[in-house]
Parts: sequence; C-alpha cells; structure tokens
Amino acid sequence: MNTQNTMLSPELSPESLKKIDREVAKYPADQKQSAVMAALVIAQDEKGWLPKETIAAVATYLGMAPMAAYEVASFYNMYDLHPVGKYKITVCTNLPCALSGGVHAADYVKHKLGVDFNETTADGKFTLKEGECMGACGDAPVMLVNNKRMCSFMLPEQIDALLAECK
Amino acid sequence: MALIDTINPLLTTGWAKGDAGWSLKDYEARGGYKQLRRVLESKMSQDDLIAEVKKSVLRGRGGAGFPTGLKWSFMPKAAPVKYVVCNTDEGEPGTFKDRDLMRFDPHSVIEGMIIAGYAVGAKAGYNYIHGEIFETYQRFEEALDQARAAGYLGDNILGSGFSFDLFAHHGWGAYICGEETGLLESIEGKKGQPRFKPPFPANFGLYGKPTTINNTETFAAIPFILGMGGEAYLNLGKPNNGGTKLFSVSGHVNRPGNFEVPMGTPFAKLLEMAGGMRGGRKLKAVIPGGSSAPVLPGDVIMDCTMDYDSIAKAGSMLGSGAVIVMDETVCMVKALERLSYFYYEESCGQCTPCREGSGWLYRVVHRIEHGEGRPEDLDLLNRVTDNMMGKTICALADAAAFPVRSFIKHFQGEFEYHIENKKCLVDPEVQRMGSGFFKAGNV
Repeated sequence: MNTQNTMLSPELSPESLKKIDREVAKYPADQKQSAVMAALVIAQDEKGWLPKETIAAVATYLGMAPMAAYEVASFYNMYDLHPVGKYKITVCTNLPCALSGGVHAADYVKHKLGVDFNETTADGKFTLKEGECMGACGDAPVMLVNNKRMCSFMLPEQIDALLAECK
Repeated sequence: MALIDTINPLLTTGWAKGDAGWSLKDYEARGGYKQLRRVLESKMSQDDLIAEVKKSVLRGRGGAGFPTGLKWSFMPKAAPVKYVVCNTDEGEPGTFKDRDLMRFDPHSVIEGMIIAGYAVGAKAGYNYIHGEIFETYQRFEEALDQARAAGYLGDNILGSGFSFDLFAHHGWGAYICGEETGLLESIEGKKGQPRFKPPFPANFGLYGKPTTINNTETFAAIPFILGMGGEAYLNLGKPNNGGTKLFSVSGHVNRPGNFEVPMGTPFAKLLEMAGGMRGGRKLKAVIPGGSSAPVLPGDVIMDCTMDYDSIAKAGSMLGSGAVIVMDETVCMVKALERLSYFYYEESCGQCTPCREGSGWLYRVVHRIEHGEGRPEDLDLLNRVTDNMMGKTICALADAAAFPVRSFIKHFQGEFEYHIENKKCLVDPEVQRMGSGFFKAGNV
C-alpha cells in the first residue's frame, strides 16, 4: 500500500497546475468549476490517489468550496479516495463482457494475484477493481489499467502478458 | 477493432484505414469539411439548413430516437449565448459505436458540431467523452487542435464571419452522465444528477443557456446528409427511419463489432454479417438496443427488421443500436442479475424509487440466482418495477425495470425452475464453456 503518499504535501506541482490552467481555459471565465473533473484527474495522476487535503487544494485553486469538489470526487467511480497499488486493474464484468468471459477473466486475475476485488497485493503493486461498462463490448473481455489504458480481448495468455509487463 | 462489415457505408467510409486514417488530411482527402465550407460560403440560412435535416428524418442515435431537425428548431433564435453539446458518454452496456467513430473519424463529429452550431446560432460547443475511453479523448483533443490550426474552429471561420469553438470534456466513471441533463451538470463541475424537465435544454441548458445536445453518431451524420441531400439520406433507410445506422453487436456471435447498415435491415442479415452464432449454437435471446431495452426471445427478433418502428412493435426499443446476442448456454437469471447489479450501482441516488427500487431488484434477483428465491419473488419484482417506472426525474429507473419485466415475461419458466430447484436450468458447466474464455490447455 502506498502509504507514504499521505505524507506528501497536498499542494500540486507547477506542472499539474499548468495542466489545470489549460482545462480552465476551455470554459467561460466565470465557470472555473467546470474544470474540476479534469483537475481531480490531474491531481490523482500526480499523487497516486486523492487524499482529502489534495481535493481541498484543487477546490481552492478553482475557487470552489472543498465540499463541492469532494462531492465530485466521491460521485464518479474512477477517482481513488484511498491509496491504490502501482497498477490499478479494472475488469468489466457487465453482461456483454460476461458473455465473452469477463467474469472468468476477473476470476483468473484474482487467482493469479491472490486478491479479491477492492484489494491490493501485499507488495503494493496491484489493486483489483470491478468495473461497469467501458463502452468497448466488441473487444470483450476488457480491462483498464490505471484508468487510462484500455486492454482488449483479455484471454488467459493476454492477461499473463499484461501482468508480466507491469514491473 | 474497426468496422467488420457494411451495406451502403456512409458513416464508416472513413474507417477503412483504422487508426491510420483519422487525421485532418485524411478527412479532407475524402471530402471532409466540404459541407461546412459550402454552408458558410453560400451563407445558407439557418431555416434552410434545419429544413434539410428535418427532411432526412435523422433520429437521435443515442437511444431516444427524437427527430434531430425538430430538436434544433426548438432553440430560441434571439438568445445571445447558446451551446451545442455532444454526448459521447457511451456507457450503455452493449454500445461501442461512438468510441469507434471518435477513433477513426473524429473530424466528422467536429464538422457536424460546427454545422449544428451555425444552424442553432451557438458560438461554443463541448463534447462530453466517456472517461473510460481516455485514449479516444486524447485523440479528439488532437483532432480539435488540427481543426483549429486549419481555420475550421475559432474566430471568423474560413472568413465567413461565423465564429465557433469546440472543447472536449471527459467523464470519470458515471453511467448517469449519459442522461443529457446529468451530463450538463457534469460539465458544470458537479455530481451528474439529472435535472427536472421541463425546462428542456433548448431553453435552459448548459450554464442555464439554450443548448442543443445530440449523440456523437447524430452529429457525424450531418455532413453526409448535407452532401447527399436530406431526401436521399431518408431513402437509404425506410419511411420515418432515415439513413443508415451503426449497430454494435456483442455477445455470442463469431465476429462481434460495429456494423453500418440501412435502417430496416433484417435482424437475420445483421446476425449473418456478425458471423452467425458462436460455435453454431442456438439463439436464445437478444437485447436489441442496449441493456435498458427489453429482451426479446430469439424467434421474435428473427422476424424483426432493425429500425425504430419494427423493434418497438415487437415490444422493445432500438435504443442506441447495441445488439447483445445470447445463446442457449446463458442462464437468464444470471444474465438479469448482472444487469440489475449495474443499475443498482449506477443509480445516482437522487430519487427514492430508483435508489431503493434498484437495490430491491438486484437483491431479489440475486437471491433467486443463489438458490434462495421464494415463490412470491416474481410478483414482488414486478410490483417493485411498478413503483419505479415513470416515477423518477430521469429514465434510469425505467431502464432498470425494463430488463426485469421482460426477462420474467419471456423466460418465466426458467425463473420458476430456479426458485423451485434452487439451481440453474442451464448446466453450470455448459454456461462456463459458453464464454469462450476457457480453451483446451487453458486454466
């Protein structure tokens, strides 16, 4: 578990703030709050997860109440409000994926990593999550790695290759 | 995966090169931005433009099937600030067409949105993209940069005096944001909880301003409609069901993927294009329009054509065109359990009938699946759905109820068998092998 992250400063790096500024520029000048979803992702990418203090720092930067930013962070599934492993693997088990092995793929990963959904391996490397539809049902079984990388047609051989590649 | 097969390709003409054909120069080479140029250079009137779209009988491709031209005509003319919003929050289980449209032909969506902005008098637009397809979001941002650099976006587009800019906004894992007012809330930086309607977005939309929201595929069709003329587009399909449509076929077929066919194409033809049933097994059931659409037994869907009216007549919805195919290895109770879990998980919690009802549906179907069903459970499920449908702000409660009611209606015997015998009618080993995950030598 990546506990040392909680020790980090809640403040965001200049690089992250620059990225957030680019998001803010997409919206009318009096609607900075619109950038909160992207800003929280940028913050999560930097810190590994979203401690409350970081959410508050994002809120302050955008001129909104910390609670309003926390509402957003807790409403959308892909924000991590608790520490996660270096690699967060989310497996879709929804019906279209399940018809092509989504549940079996999840069972296979559980067996390989020795963890259940919402658990992290003892070495802090992997966290396993169950996901809802990712909009790629034709490529089932589908998995997401760290929210942003989609992996398609994940049969045993492909899963083995993915896990081996996560150093 | 790209397009698998097509009849009369239109939307998918740009998909031939897959990931290598999406950029601006490819799009221009196949006639891209020509319609925008024509609209601007001829100073086409907004009314004429909307009339052409009306003539095409293009109906909203996101699921509701509302006529696009009519929706555009609802926008108040005098309002000084208006918006165009594209709904690419594609999270309806079974649907994966907009992802491919955005990967392989993002400029068709951009051109369609600029033309829509011109038609309704908007100067800015947003494309809300499903958070799970972040790679596609990044590509769309690149496409926007290309369009801006070429003068298709920004101030005084192509010297016409018309200005319009467009931005990408990503979701981060909430199915409810596919609901148009939940989506607007989300762009405003809030929880994606749907708004009460009326007022409709055409009067009170993004930041309280008049807003036109259409699905990705709807916008992508606009340049083609203007290119061939509304009437010719209509005639590609059938009356009241204009044009071609992308169908996402998933589940137990040999070749899952996206298929573009004219509205009114027989289901049997679509199934054949998808390579037929996996392993030659028997068709048991099909959900024809995304997981929220009522399920139809195999023999019923085999007599349907793929258009709004035929599927509605059979008792379901064409929805987003997501065709989920199930063969005889499927336990219908288990299939429903998974869908019910989805709606329970994704209910935004705002309305009591949905928040509580979706939990009841999941828990009762779960106990039937796990051998703890009671004889009165099927009545209970139907009663719970009665207390959900039409009683909430948005349609998620109905979407949770439709699968439950239709699964019970068409497969009642299988549910009763489950309750009585405390096990699946379909042998678990048969179910296990049905997914194709396990092959000789695996696991």
